[in-house]
Amino acid sequence: MLMMVSSAMAQEAARDQRALTHSQIEWPSTTDVWEVATLRNYNTRLVVLSTSLLGIAAGLVGSFLLLRKRSLMGDALSHATLPGIGIAFAVMVAAGGTGKSLPGLLIGATISGVLGLLVMLAIRNTTRLRDDVAMGLVLSVFFGAGVAVLGVVQSIPEASAAGLERFIYGKTASVIKTDFYLISGVAAIIVIFSVVLRKEFTLLCFDEGFASSQGWPVLALDVALLGLVTAVTVIGLQTVGLILIIAFLITPPTAARFWTHSLPKMIILSALFGGMSGWLGASISALLARMPAGAVIVLVAGTVFLVSMIFAPERGVLPRWLRHRNLRREVNRQHLLRGAYEILEHEARSSGSDGSVINLPFSRSALLSKRTWSSRELGRILSTERAMGHIEHLDHAMLRLSEAGFGKAARITRNHRLWELYLVTHADIAPSHVDRDADMVEHVLEADLVRQLEEELRARDSWTPVPESPHEIPSPSAG
Amino acid sequence: MAPSGDAAGEDLSYHSDTAPLAVHDLTVAYHRKPVLWDIDLDIPEGKLVGIVGPNGAGKSTLIKACLDLIPKTSGEVGIYGKPYRQQRHLVGYVPQRESVDWDFPVSALDVVAMGTYRQLGWFRRVGAKQKQAAMEALKQVGIEHLAQRQISQLSGGQQQRIFLARALVQNAQLYFMDEPFAAVDAATEQAIVKLLQSLNGEGKTCLVVHHDLATVTQYFDWVVLLNMRVVAAGPVAEVFTQENLHKTYGGQLGLLNDAAKALSYVTR
Repeated sequence: MLMMVSSAMAQEAARDQRALTHSQIEWPSTTDVWEVATLRNYNTRLVVLSTSLLGIAAGLVGSFLLLRKRSLMGDALSHATLPGIGIAFAVMVAAGGTGKSLPGLLIGATISGVLGLLVMLAIRNTTRLRDDVAMGLVLSVFFGAGVAVLGVVQSIPEASAAGLERFIYGKTASVIKTDFYLISGVAAIIVIFSVVLRKEFTLLCFDEGFASSQGWPVLALDVALLGLVTAVTVIGLQTVGLILIIAFLITPPTAARFWTHSLPKMIILSALFGGMSGWLGASISALLARMPAGAVIVLVAGTVFLVSMIFAPERGVLPRWLRHRNLRREVNRQHLLRGAYEILEHEARSSGSDGSVINLPFSRSALLSKRTWSSRELGRILSTERAMGHIEHLDHAMLRLSEAGFGKAARITRNHRLWELYLVTHADIAPSHVDRDADMVEHVLEADLVRQLEEELRARDSWTPVPESPHEIPSPSAG
Repeated sequence: MAPSGDAAGEDLSYHSDTAPLAVHDLTVAYHRKPVLWDIDLDIPEGKLVGIVGPNGAGKSTLIKACLDLIPKTSGEVGIYGKPYRQQRHLVGYVPQRESVDWDFPVSALDVVAMGTYRQLGWFRRVGAKQKQAAMEALKQVGIEHLAQRQISQLSGGQQQRIFLARALVQNAQLYFMDEPFAAVDAATEQAIVKLLQSLNGEGKTCLVVHHDLATVTQYFDWVVLLNMRVVAAGPVAEVFTQENLHKTYGGQLGLLNDAAKALSYVTR
């Protein structure tokens, strides 16, 4: 065991040496990549597995922390662990040890983290200061105290405090077997707690007041949640470091939220993203000398977030923009066809014949005056409709609907008028049923109601009769 | 199910040991500034009670103090003769719609099912039985077709109905509703009124914080006029008077018009 550690340290020292002699980053060879990817190296295996487990735990707990809108509280908490690390070191040295025992240091971190949390809650509950002020105060004062304490303990002559700074940025290479067991064990406990308390945490995050009125111990649940956050922070100190652990807690759930509206799915995705970021981040950091694991992990998680924000089908920026654009185009095309139909309807009426609408040519300028679109906009819509075979250009001024286009125009006009009437006459139940996108009203409303609306529309206004439906209205039994 | 306070009989400090709600000497203060002062209130069984008063009169505070959501500076609240913590199963609570984040990743059905959590207890998951109950409640408020919809995709009125359904699923005897009529569409307003009447028909008691003075006489049979203290409480026909409204809304000029409008309903 000891040999293993010392050989790993020797390797690392050699790598640092090389990285120092070459001024630029040293890229790993394919064999190195293969060795890390397949977890051949014992030390790499410990680091990668423990960081992945940490990522899964962080993703789970982070989901609730995010939904509870307490993300920054996690940040203050992690910064508040630093003085505890220094004091624990000093205490252990005073007791005659080397001061380097990880469990001892983590206990110190936990105590000062919890202390920071209590101060934060005390400020919030007893003064009128706002949450962000309380968090900012605790974060900066505790971190400052921590830096000062580290400075003091490093000047203790008989103890070597070198390496304590690794808790600030994290250093995966320092994980040994006992650390691995500690980190994995705590991560497993965190996962179990988050899953078991899922229902209770959900209620707490969604509606604290209702939860409290139902007799749920809101304060205890909050403490439990923050306790889990503390646990993630503490076991993440060594590999990710206290500055960046907050990103590990909030980036995976934020990314997951873009993909789904369902909480169980979001939590699972968040755990996956966290685990993946931990795995990839630790692997990459093992390959690139002088690249702190915490930073690489956060960069990987940040990439996952960026991809999710842009491309996630449910809430991503790009799909939403595309959906909006498609809707706008669809609405424009419907306006075009209805405009054309209304021109033909007007002509049929003024020609004095029996009033039935015939598919005649009409002028582009008549269409242009139908709505407030510019000539260029109209041209763009016309060209897509022509490509779809709904409209034909006779020459540069005259247009005509194709057979298919005429049928569609009649249908759109009819649906539009029926919906309008429905909204007016059934205002009490209408809004939840209106679906103007539905190609046929009959798919949404009862056939009887549609017939009734049609009759009403015919009787009501002789100037806007409802066009004959190109389809038979399907009877409910047939549909 | 029917609560009986007389059998227990040990706690005689409350005004009435059978009334759904008995508030005695209640004072609530935030940061030394009193919001409610010496409230005494007895609500009889089976009434639809409107709580009205100007902004900042302490209407929501009254409800929250009854439900132990905020600390009481002094005084006592009895729910069917006992403290609230022993009577939670008899009480349904509809918080203000704005009190939660509606972009939360849950469906309408999920929210309504939260009404079954207390009965479910710790750690147990929502099962088919709870989902069925939630579905029934959604039907009662007329939006069962939106059960699977994510809550941010619902209109304000639909969100309000979900909150009502969540309280219905608890099958309570006494309901506290904090401004259920605030900023809802006409259809929802009618649905809520119908729901209140059907709860009333089952002999349940509802306390509703209400803003629209014009509809008080139409919707409620009891009214509590509140402005830091209880100006008047009793049957609408007796206490919803010009004099009492002036006492309640007195200093607030903007609201006098509303009050005048309301009075035209009363005197009509």
